[in-house]
Amino acid sequence: MALLQISEPGASAEPHRHRLAIGIDLGTTNSLVATIRNGLAVCLPDEEGRALLPSIVRYRADGGIEVGRRAVAQQAVDPRNTIVSVKRFMGRGIRDVTHIEAMPYIFEDTPGMLRLRTVQGSKSPVEVSAEILRVLRARAEVSLGGELIGAVITVPAYFDDAQRQATRDAARLAGLEVLRLLNEPTAAAVAYGLDNAAEGVYAVYDLGGGTFDLSILRLTHGVFEVLATNGDAALGGDDFDHRLFCWILDRARIAPLSIEDASHLQMKARATKELLTTCDEVPIKLKLDSGEEIDVLITRAEFAEMTRPLVHKTLGLTRRALRDAGLAVSEIKGVVMVGGATRMPHVQRAVAEFFGQEPLINLDPDKVVALGAAMQANALAGNHGANDDWLLLDVIPLSLGLETMGGLVEKIIPRNSTLPVARAQDFTTFRDGQGAMAFHVVQGERELVADCRSLARFELRGIPPMAAGAARIRVTFQVDADGLLSVSAREASSGVEASVKVQPSYGLSDDEIADMLKAGIERAGDDMAARALNEQRVEAERLIEATLRALASDGALLDAKERAAIDSAIDALRALCAGADTRALGVGIAALARATDEFAARRMDRAIRGALAGHKIEEI
Amino acid sequence: MSVTLTEAAARHIANFIAKRGKGVGIRLGVKTSGCSGMAYKLEFVDEKFEDDIIFDSHGVKVVVDQKSLVYLDGTELDFVREGLNEGFRFNNPNAKNQCGCGESFNV
Repeated sequence: MALLQISEPGASAEPHRHRLAIGIDLGTTNSLVATIRNGLAVCLPDEEGRALLPSIVRYRADGGIEVGRRAVAQQAVDPRNTIVSVKRFMGRGIRDVTHIEAMPYIFEDTPGMLRLRTVQGSKSPVEVSAEILRVLRARAEVSLGGELIGAVITVPAYFDDAQRQATRDAARLAGLEVLRLLNEPTAAAVAYGLDNAAEGVYAVYDLGGGTFDLSILRLTHGVFEVLATNGDAALGGDDFDHRLFCWILDRARIAPLSIEDASHLQMKARATKELLTTCDEVPIKLKLDSGEEIDVLITRAEFAEMTRPLVHKTLGLTRRALRDAGLAVSEIKGVVMVGGATRMPHVQRAVAEFFGQEPLINLDPDKVVALGAAMQANALAGNHGANDDWLLLDVIPLSLGLETMGGLVEKIIPRNSTLPVARAQDFTTFRDGQGAMAFHVVQGERELVADCRSLARFELRGIPPMAAGAARIRVTFQVDADGLLSVSAREASSGVEASVKVQPSYGLSDDEIADMLKAGIERAGDDMAARALNEQRVEAERLIEATLRALASDGALLDAKERAAIDSAIDALRALCAGADTRALGVGIAALARATDEFAARRMDRAIRGALAGHKIEEI
Repeated sequence: MSVTLTEAAARHIANFIAKRGKGVGIRLGVKTSGCSGMAYKLEFVDEKFEDDIIFDSHGVKVVVDQKSLVYLDGTELDFVREGLNEGFRFNNPNAKNQCGCGESFNV
């Protein structure tokens, strides 16, 4: 028998029509599921009252699959089949994953996304993630006593199309309807009710187990936009543990440890770090299998001192994100803390000092993303009250554009455009009678295609024969609320159409995104020059082509000397095209244009004479 | 005529209202729908209406409109846990048969 929950006034569901929706924080280290119960966002715990599910999946030789704590316990025994931090592999190829050589897995370099060879055969990261989602889904269904209509799943703000698509696929595989993918910082801001707060710019500082992300959000009219993101995919609470681990070894003067001892000491270091959140000093006592004993005392100040460089690094990344968004620290209205590692007092203090204000820490930093996702899921499921009909907007992380003549990028949708978004631009044909057009969709901030990431290619065929430049081809870029892109092209006169949904060639790492953004800014000057050169080349080629065409049809209008002058101007311009001197190319173009002036005038006269022949003046 | 809360239900409701940050009590009601004819309504109360009748149970204001009261008289609202699931249950002496779902009934 179903148990009832309290609804908002006037929002009681019809019997059997409860629209149960959940929010899932599918984390690198831990995952959580949350929902709205009796008007409040709550994380749903397992049978033992624990909300956090370690994001670890173990494939057993007997065909069984263990997820969460049971898998954690087997990590040391069966590392090859115990998949940790699978989120790092989502939508990635082998070349995108850093430190892959240090990982205990057997990777398969399959096109698109890598795969992992386990005792149960080859598994894609999507399948591994789906196992985690399945456990959370089952937990939610048992806790809520019914079928779920769907879930909001959070992803890092910098996740590209490939990573978002992989997350979506994992949910589908786990039997979950994805209501929306939501950016993690946005979810955290929602959990703090910032969507009802004063308009302004907020920072979300997310220091998790193994990753750091800093996002700058702007709230206007109850709508969040991600202005900038920055981070480090290899900086998190684990690094603080490791610093402490090394300090203990050094202090206790202990030589290299066995794997078991190292793992015990690692756990001891983590427990000590957590104790230092509330205690000023903690004794560390551990008897090792080797017979050696560790007995040292650490103070909070010592721990803060040894991990200062880590905290400093996060603040450096924060400063860069602010610069990227063109903001001063004083313009930040509030700071949200996310991730278990933000419990460390010296991290909170450093963030408070950096921003000149106390960060928001009253919600559990491990749960805040899941809680926000649950609130969004509840709203999308139609369970929200009458006056909180908010809508969340996210943005695209990198500009989307098309390759044009000369290997240049024409940006159609600029970076940080809010989603969903649709933009159209008209293009035309380059040659007379051109019957088809190839489109190359790219993502990135640079001016040259070679420096951006290729997303997809498609062709528009069946363009009716027309003079160069006469066809009008409207290309529409559309990105839906989940950040997935579709591109279509339509020729205006004939209505022929072609389109592509971007199933991107999986490929960019966070670092690459960051690098591309940085390169886009730093190389703006070079890019401009390269662009100018390429534009001149295209112009030169167009002019040569037009001249050759005219010579073929009306060459008889020229005497041999005139013809030779034009031919030599063409040859000169061709030679310049092969070079890289933009200015000389411009001079060459002008020279050819001058050389053909007289020829063009004669052609014009003849065309007019032809048109006028046999007509009386009055008829014109 | 009366409608009451068990102590557990009252404690949870008071807690939910406090965390919600607003609300003057809990509304119990019925509406006609569902597989057995009537369906229960359980909502926070931000404003009271003219035909509302208010009971006090363990310090929580229980609001019932007059039409619903006919069907709810003598009802006790309980808060129960069943495994991972938890929520409220209507113990209604007027209900002749309930559908298995517990969300609707008839008199």
